[in-house]
Amino acid sequence: MRAFRSSAIAAVAAAAALTAVSGCAEKSDSKDSDAIKVTASDDKCEVSKTSFPAGHIKINIENAGSKVTEVYVYAAGDRIVTERENIGPKTKAEITATIKKSGDYEIACKPGMKGDGIRQKITVTGGGKAEKANPELDKAVAEYRKYAQAQADETIPAAQKFADAVKSGDVDEAKKLYAVSRIGWERTEPVAESFGDIDPKVDVREDGLEKDQKWTGWHKLEKSLWDEKKIDEDDKKLADQLMTDLKDWQKRVGTAEITPTSMANGAKELLDEVATGKVTGEEERYSHTDLVDFQANVEGAEKSYELLKPVAAKSDAALVTELDKQFAALKTLLGEYRDGDSFKAYDSVGKDDRKKLSDAVNALAEPLSKLAGAVAK
Amino acid sequence: MTDKTSKTNTTDPTDPTGSTGTTAADSPESAPAAAKPSRRSVLGWGGAGLALGAAVAGGTATALRLGEDAAPAASAGDAVPFLGEHQAGIATPVQDRLHFAAFDVTTTDRAALVKMLQEWTAAAARMTAGHEVGEGAVQDNDELPPDDTGEALGLKPSRLTLTFGVGPGLFEKDGKDRFGIRDRRPKALIDLPAFPGDNLDAARSGGDLCVQACADDPQVAVHAIRNLARIGMGKVAIRWSQLGFGKTSSTTPDAQTPRNMMGFKDGTRNIAGTETDRLGKHVWVGGKEGPDWMVGGSYLVARRIRMHIETWDRTSLAEQEDVFGRDKAEGAPVGKQREHDEPLLKAMKPDAHVRLAHPDSNNGVTILRRGYSFTDGTDGLGRLDAGLFFIAYQKDVRDGFVPLQTNLARNDALNEYIQHVGSAVFAVPPGVRDKGDWWAKALFA
Repeated sequence: MRAFRSSAIAAVAAAAALTAVSGCAEKSDSKDSDAIKVTASDDKCEVSKTSFPAGHIKINIENAGSKVTEVYVYAAGDRIVTERENIGPKTKAEITATIKKSGDYEIACKPGMKGDGIRQKITVTGGGKAEKANPELDKAVAEYRKYAQAQADETIPAAQKFADAVKSGDVDEAKKLYAVSRIGWERTEPVAESFGDIDPKVDVREDGLEKDQKWTGWHKLEKSLWDEKKIDEDDKKLADQLMTDLKDWQKRVGTAEITPTSMANGAKELLDEVATGKVTGEEERYSHTDLVDFQANVEGAEKSYELLKPVAAKSDAALVTELDKQFAALKTLLGEYRDGDSFKAYDSVGKDDRKKLSDAVNALAEPLSKLAGAVAK
Repeated sequence: MTDKTSKTNTTDPTDPTGSTGTTAADSPESAPAAAKPSRRSVLGWGGAGLALGAAVAGGTATALRLGEDAAPAASAGDAVPFLGEHQAGIATPVQDRLHFAAFDVTTTDRAALVKMLQEWTAAAARMTAGHEVGEGAVQDNDELPPDDTGEALGLKPSRLTLTFGVGPGLFEKDGKDRFGIRDRRPKALIDLPAFPGDNLDAARSGGDLCVQACADDPQVAVHAIRNLARIGMGKVAIRWSQLGFGKTSSTTPDAQTPRNMMGFKDGTRNIAGTETDRLGKHVWVGGKEGPDWMVGGSYLVARRIRMHIETWDRTSLAEQEDVFGRDKAEGAPVGKQREHDEPLLKAMKPDAHVRLAHPDSNNGVTILRRGYSFTDGTDGLGRLDAGLFFIAYQKDVRDGFVPLQTNLARNDALNEYIQHVGSAVFAVPPGVRDKGDWWAKALFA
């Protein structure tokens, strides 16, 4: 099961945003008098009402400031419910969304379109049962979302370098840049996979293809570079396609439905990825850069764990002790395979050493599978 | 049925770790079991027959029954008492299936190892009684992976026994006294010498710990090893494991000896579970021999013996019978009528297997055999990877397997058709006595 689901609310919001952009007439149940007015200026974010019933909502935005702004509606943990970018000075915009669950939300105005924005707390009443608020966990989720976003943001330039090398036909340079371009993705793969359509485009292996599915993404290029040792015209197009798909991922990370449970399960899934794909050498079968992915998976899992640790420590101190120990043990073991600022090629790692790595992954993944239970207590 | 069910639940198990003062009623181990049907109670009646096996189990395992009377082992599906003077799975009537696992200890933390042994013992007590481990296969908190892996749900206890041993590596590895017990290593726990013809695969040999799971249902045996391995993760890692699909020995007097993959009955003079005197003489470590923590225990030798069955199958019946020193149909020794007739060794060829393996050819050396046939698919050369997973118990390896195998390895006509490819030796501590006891507790005392 995937730890992260992309949110249905987010999908509605995206559709609504599209409509707004295209300027089509909107069908809306809400009357204009029910709409929430947001007046955004360079230093203020004024909201006409801070409490409204669950259901379909409409927000009329006026940018009264001098900077281009954007407005977000956030659910707990900074999950984007809906957003509108590029609202010019002295212009108006309208966004809609469906909020099914009651609870605390926030509206943020971001003059200059950066930073966390100026926040206003709002309350949604009625509707579905509110999720129990837990500020500590909400903070962990928000932090993790930032981390996931940062990984995507950092991946784009790294991947662009790789794509440029492919497009210039430079096999050696592209090989050097390949593994590095994947680190951000590998660290947060369960989040990326929650957008069901992106993963099959960028990270599918040849044996994972559906019938009639065209092979695109990193691993196709990996095969060209290492196995076929040449770059053809199709590969160059695939490099561009990879960038398009990764930018799509970058844009959507903020809408992923992240919960403490999905963070914990996502951490476990990263270890599962290691256990089934990296320890066996299947993931990077041509480049043998499996240990780079391995490290990134462990780092991503550890990030989730570190954020959830304060909560988990309260409900299961022994689990936290064990996880600290096993994370450290695995990282130490993995460190033995470092080679400069990267890792040894996995085809140089013998059977006995692979078993040691596998045992260490099991030793960590087994207690890690209990983390979700500890934070859900 | 209701009566039986309630008995099963209340006699439950276990928590040998309950030395902290929790009672069975409020211990976290047993509480969920009471709320849930056990594997046995789900099925209710275990089925008829095999009362003989039950009687033998009761008689020889000298079970120390605690609390209420444990449900009598009345059928092949029933439970074998876990607690006792000796571990079950040695003198216990041989079950049909085997899953044997050897583990490397990966932790360097003695306390963590001891805690795992307590958890293993608790889980073993539960599983042999037909219960799920921990909070079961379907617990209340569905955010958590279940404690029990679940594939034995609805299956009977199937006479599951779990027999635990410790290998030489636990006492010392790479010159290091890993857990402060080097000086407690029994003299009888030797590193086996190399025998002529050995072709041992290191990856299928050795191990710091072992668990022998025997059951009449293969899924019950596999479930037990799988769950113990899972509990052990981070402390131990499976080094190798072996499935055995058919028993090749019997410890039940007068029963027919099962045939091995060569089609022969071998080891017909095995020690029976009822032969208390022979068990005491050849199998159980006595107070005289020591060390103290091993009194009531035994020593286990495991050998993975590959059989070249394709060449064997092309061998004439006459030669096959000469090689063993028995006739194939009945299993009678050369010149005799019935399987259990006393063999006349001189009537056999000098290199016949039975003649060479007989106590009279080995100054009385006698071992208790508990081997299983295996077939692990094919070997990539179009041949079955089949053979005998040989298991023997004895009071002292130096007076048991070593002289016997020294003789066989040199002289046995069977060597043309077999090869020893895996080997391990373990000290098997005495049985778990009560709820405050656990596997090898005295070793770590």
